[in-house]
Amino acid sequence: MSDTIETPSGAMPASRTRFGSNSGQPMTRRDGVLKVTGGATFAADNHPEGMLHAVYAAATISRGRVTSLNVDAARAHPGVVEVLTPANRPPLAIDPDTKPYPFAFRTEVLQDDTVRYAGQPIALVVAETLESATEAARLLSPTYDASPARIDFDTVEPFDPQAVGVGSPPTAEKGDVEAGLAQASHRVDARYETPGQYHNAMEPHAIVATWDGDRLTLDTPNQAIVMSTGSFGAWFGIPAENVTIRSPFLGGGFGSKAIIVGPQILTILAAKMLGRPVKLALRRDQMYGPVGHRGATRQEFRLGVDADGHLTALDHLTTAVTSTFEDFIEPASNASHDLYATPALSSRHKAVRLDIGTPGPMRAPGEASGSAALESAIDEAALVAGLDPLEFRLRNYAETDPASGKPFSAKALRECYAEGAERFGWSKRPLEPRQMRDEAGRLVGWGMGTALFPASMFQANATATLRADGTALVETAGADMGQGAWTALHQIAADGLGLDIGSVEFRSGHSGLPDGGIAGGSGHTATAGNALHAAGTDVIAKLADLATNDENSPLFGAGNVGVEARDGRLYRADDPDRSQSYGEILARAGLAEIEGAGQGGRDPASAEERAMFSHGAVFAEVTIDPDLGQIRVTRLVGAFAAGRIVNPRLATSQLYGGMIWGIGFALHEEAVHDKRSGRIMNANLAEYRVPVNADVPAMDVILVDEHDPHVNPLGIKGVGEIGITGTVGAIANAIWHATGVRFRRFPINIVDLLEGAAAR
Amino acid sequence: MNLFEYVRPASIAEAVAAAGEPGSAYLGAGTNLLDLMKGGVSRPSRLIDLTHLPDLGRIETSPDGSTRIGALVKNSALAHDPDFAKRFPAVAEALLSGASAQLRNAATVGGNLMQRTRCSYFADTASACNRREPGSGCDAIGGENRSHAVLGWSDHCIAVHPSDFCVPLAALGAIVEIEGADGRRKVPLTDFHRLPGDTPEKETVLEAGEMIVAVSLPAEAAAFAGHQRYLKVRERTSYAFALASAAAALRIENGTILEARIALGGVATKPWRSQAAEAVLTGAAPGREAFEKAAEAAFAEARPSGDNAYKIELGKRVVARVLAMAAAGTPERMPALPASPFASETGAKAHV
Amino acid sequence: MNLSLTLTINGKRREIVLDDPRVTLLDLLRERLDLTGAKKGCDRGQCGACTILVDGRRINSCLALAISYDGAAITTIEGLADGETLHPVQQAFIDHDGFQCGFCTPGQIMSAVGLISEGQSGDDAERVREAMSGNICRCGAYNGITEAVLDARAKISAGKERDAA
Ligand SMILES: Cc1cc2nc3c(=O)[nH]c(=O)nc-3n(C[C@H](O)[C@H](O)[C@H](O)COP(=O)(O)OP(=O)(O)OC[C@H]3O[C@@H](n4cnc5c(N)ncnc54)[C@H](O)[C@@H]3O)c2cc1C
Ligand code: SF4
Ligand code: FES
Ligand code: FES
Repeated sequence: MSDTIETPSGAMPASRTRFGSNSGQPMTRRDGVLKVTGGATFAADNHPEGMLHAVYAAATISRGRVTSLNVDAARAHPGVVEVLTPANRPPLAIDPDTKPYPFAFRTEVLQDDTVRYAGQPIALVVAETLESATEAARLLSPTYDASPARIDFDTVEPFDPQAVGVGSPPTAEKGDVEAGLAQASHRVDARYETPGQYHNAMEPHAIVATWDGDRLTLDTPNQAIVMSTGSFGAWFGIPAENVTIRSPFLGGGFGSKAIIVGPQILTILAAKMLGRPVKLALRRDQMYGPVGHRGATRQEFRLGVDADGHLTALDHLTTAVTSTFEDFIEPASNASHDLYATPALSSRHKAVRLDIGTPGPMRAPGEASGSAALESAIDEAALVAGLDPLEFRLRNYAETDPASGKPFSAKALRECYAEGAERFGWSKRPLEPRQMRDEAGRLVGWGMGTALFPASMFQANATATLRADGTALVETAGADMGQGAWTALHQIAADGLGLDIGSVEFRSGHSGLPDGGIAGGSGHTATAGNALHAAGTDVIAKLADLATNDENSPLFGAGNVGVEARDGRLYRADDPDRSQSYGEILARAGLAEIEGAGQGGRDPASAEERAMFSHGAVFAEVTIDPDLGQIRVTRLVGAFAAGRIVNPRLATSQLYGGMIWGIGFALHEEAVHDKRSGRIMNANLAEYRVPVNADVPAMDVILVDEHDPHVNPLGIKGVGEIGITGTVGAIANAIWHATGVRFRRFPINIVDLLEGAAAR
Repeated sequence: MNLFEYVRPASIAEAVAAAGEPGSAYLGAGTNLLDLMKGGVSRPSRLIDLTHLPDLGRIETSPDGSTRIGALVKNSALAHDPDFAKRFPAVAEALLSGASAQLRNAATVGGNLMQRTRCSYFADTASACNRREPGSGCDAIGGENRSHAVLGWSDHCIAVHPSDFCVPLAALGAIVEIEGADGRRKVPLTDFHRLPGDTPEKETVLEAGEMIVAVSLPAEAAAFAGHQRYLKVRERTSYAFALASAAAALRIENGTILEARIALGGVATKPWRSQAAEAVLTGAAPGREAFEKAAEAAFAEARPSGDNAYKIELGKRVVARVLAMAAAGTPERMPALPASPFASETGAKAHV
Repeated sequence: MNLSLTLTINGKRREIVLDDPRVTLLDLLRERLDLTGAKKGCDRGQCGACTILVDGRRINSCLALAISYDGAAITTIEGLADGETLHPVQQAFIDHDGFQCGFCTPGQIMSAVGLISEGQSGDDAERVREAMSGNICRCGAYNGITEAVLDARAKISAGKERDAA
């Protein structure tokens, strides 16, 4: 894929850079050697001189007060340096129960003795060694005045939230749903449930805090590096510029490392108190509490379908769980806004407050849970309509955005359906369930789901500096959480400069660089990528200016026809034999370097005009032991259209990853609370199951061509989250097809299968 | 983890003497003990490191045909020992279905027998647990107990014994060799673990200071080599404990089962041999009817201890299936997914 | 309490004195010997991020008491490459995109090296998946991991045949 991108540049006619010399290539990861040799430094790998270790003690009740802590026992343990409790915790510059900066979540920083959920930090121990700090934290042996835990959905009254997700309206209505339902020939009324799920990035949250006077350096994984300097600074009453964040590699984020949490603040505070660097890394069990999760939902659907298999109404009501002290309402009903054509649409949200840690955004927040339920419900609708699930989806294909009526910026979903179905062999699927077996007699079922994710963008800045030797430096504070920022952004930046990637140095992952925006919402590559590209083209425009005004340049006077940048040279657009190298142009101008700057962000006008989404279709095969109920996803094929693909190798990996999360959602992941204490009883990686290698026998990803001229100048959408959408429903639908039993509660497990088969 | 004294004995006698001190614990590979110490569940004041003891790492066949496995033999070394795996394929299959390759490379035979339950209330020091703290109560009762026992439980403890290895060992009549201050004794594996009764904290017959030095399989156990399987149902394809498992070993001649061995895992408070089920099969023709009858017999005494009634039905199906698998004959090669219901090829091949 | 032990780490013999018996091999490497390649994902044997080779066999270093491994030879991710030349498994992980964030990667690679020398999986993808299931990858790079292991094994055994010839 290679074409030319026009960039207007002041009075000059367009100077052009070719997109595709680097981008579009399936390059291997630029940070690959570091990652395979152990050279990639994650936060907890830092060990500054004189560093102490911190470990926090976590509450084991879900509601009440801490009545005592055995601080003496902890202090007496060899190696212990300090114990922070509400009794001696130094003041902070802001009130943790307010929201003083963007994306602030209320958090616990030992402000008092209240316990609001099990797993909440209630004291912090700092010691010379990790072993000492760990044991001393245990020796605190807290006692409590506990109130009964409110952990059960059914025991609390729902309320109407003001907003869902990050500031979205809680309801959307179009047309008359009741009328639509009344005139339907078929109805589906069904309730689905999704449990609390935990991000469980392989890298537990970690921080190393080092103070130098009133300047603070943090090694901590962060999905919004520059923005977070101001937020961290606010806690300590220092300006953003006094805070340096180094976050070159995140060991997975999935939304949980975008938010600042209490344990980080306490570590920084301890470092300040003690005048020594302090490190804290969460234990795995501590990842189930203060660092967010995907909130549980109940989703009720009412679908009307006419005799031809067209939707007459779609009503999606989500009740989501949040904490008692903060709102993050899983915006699951939003998944129904933009997918299927219907004359009447209603999406609503309610919420309940339980004694749990606050949920937060987790890979495809809203869309993942919403899609799991929606795609199941659509399959149920196809069944009552007597149609093949793919045919049903095609009949209800939305040519314009169902909720807003806007045209789509681009939508190659039909192609996704077609290519995915073809690769999977969907046409051979029997309509009736329980028709297929493998040679060992196991049940086999095929199901599908549509994938959808908004093509969001944030704001990012970047700079580019072309040097006299023809090499360049590009800079933005991007965040590589595994999606491949070190590679994809670098590729885009090199294209912006018309240079081979090998001649371009890329700096990222550090707050001293231009703001790379937020690595979230699948919008990082698009946002930071456009900024880097624009910075490059800014440099090229300046360079072109110099050359075309230089009488001795072969490009002199080319101003009207324009020039093209390629391989470190500028070419006359109408005569490729006339060119000059960047180095020569700089040398003749007597310049050591040229700097350019660029911004990335959504053009508000085009956002107003169009609905912007990535789309996809996922096809799943499950194999089920009919007697034993054990399930395996034996095949998954996903076809995705997500605008311009910067690096097909990396994009494919991202999509695989998302689809594997879909397997986990469908079959494995669930936090199990003891109903009496409220504690999560499986807060570990053995019993909170995520898929292992053997759960993923065969996957296939198809990248469907899509040209989206509206989404942003480079036409880039995101692929980070869409893979999980569609997949969960596809697996649930395949289980139905294998067994003839519809399971409406996730994860679908062996007990469900056994009981479902018995009920059949 | 609490501070402890580290002791490295040079001989079994030294080890036994050192372990006589109260608060001592033997250290095998530590894959279970260190895990529990990190969780504050076990708090020994002295660790007696067995891993440097000589002579406990051998697999030997005695002149009488029995096989003796030293207590320090690694789980993986045993499973991959070609001669052993050939004679006791279900033991190898069970071992390879447990934990992960890394854990099996470290874990010792003695440690595997002695591993503690995975009951999440046992692991959670904020919960009441009679096994961890005698007399404190049992929070699993009335709690999240879908994975708990349906056989052998008491009102004091309903926790499952987690070992896969022990299941075929129980079926095949393994003997545990124990060394203590008073010398050596031998105990059948089926008597080695105790039912919880009203003293769930007493998990085995080991007296203070006693250690396991070896496990042996009697010569006659090898007669089952041709019809011997292990089957383990779990919530993910690998790296998970059993919801229900079973080992079956058959001696079949001329279309008749001469002798059968059956033991259950994941459903009982100890590795659970079912002689009732074995009796049903003796003299029967291998086939669905006999296998289902045996399965009924194996679970005749089962009762749910909470939200786990499903395990009774599931357990029966596991027994019937593993018997069918054993009757079909031990496969030539270890399946790619040992003990898995997906052990043979999967995928849509045939429409019916 | 001072405890001394000798380890050969990545080919170098090291005399180590511990001031605390509780130190695991993982924490010894990471916090005291500045070998931070092995990662701590769970500290409880549940993820495989801490996988290292001890006397050539892969184990979880988080559940290994350092003092107990006195005398052992240890290989960590830092000791795998031969100077600038990557080990075939490392190269295969890059070629097949067997990682995303890279956090589980040192453990995956050490596990793969261990698996290949165990010789149990051959060129059977299903056996590789099973044998690599002790290494969780939350990014979901399993496809690439499986391909990388198969590819590296093929290259290593081809190399051995060449050397033997
Ligand atoms: C994540 C995870 C998953 C697992 N999955 C499975 C599974 O699926 N199936 C399964 O069967 N197991 C599983 N295990 C358990 C594993 O098999 C055990 O941890 C292992 O077998 C214990 O052996 P060890 O040598 O490490 O014992 P250690 O941890 O050293 O010791 C365990 C106990 O045995 C005692 N002990 C050790 N040796 C002796 C001896 N010779 N004499 C007397 N007492 C002794 C110790 O004092 C201690 O109490 C899993 C473990 C983990 C961490
Ligand atoms: S079942 Fe047994 S191990 Fe579990 S909490 Fe009860 S007493 Fe403890
Ligand atoms: S850190 Fe050792 S297995 Fe997870
Ligand atoms: S690469 Fe991120 S966890 Fe495996």
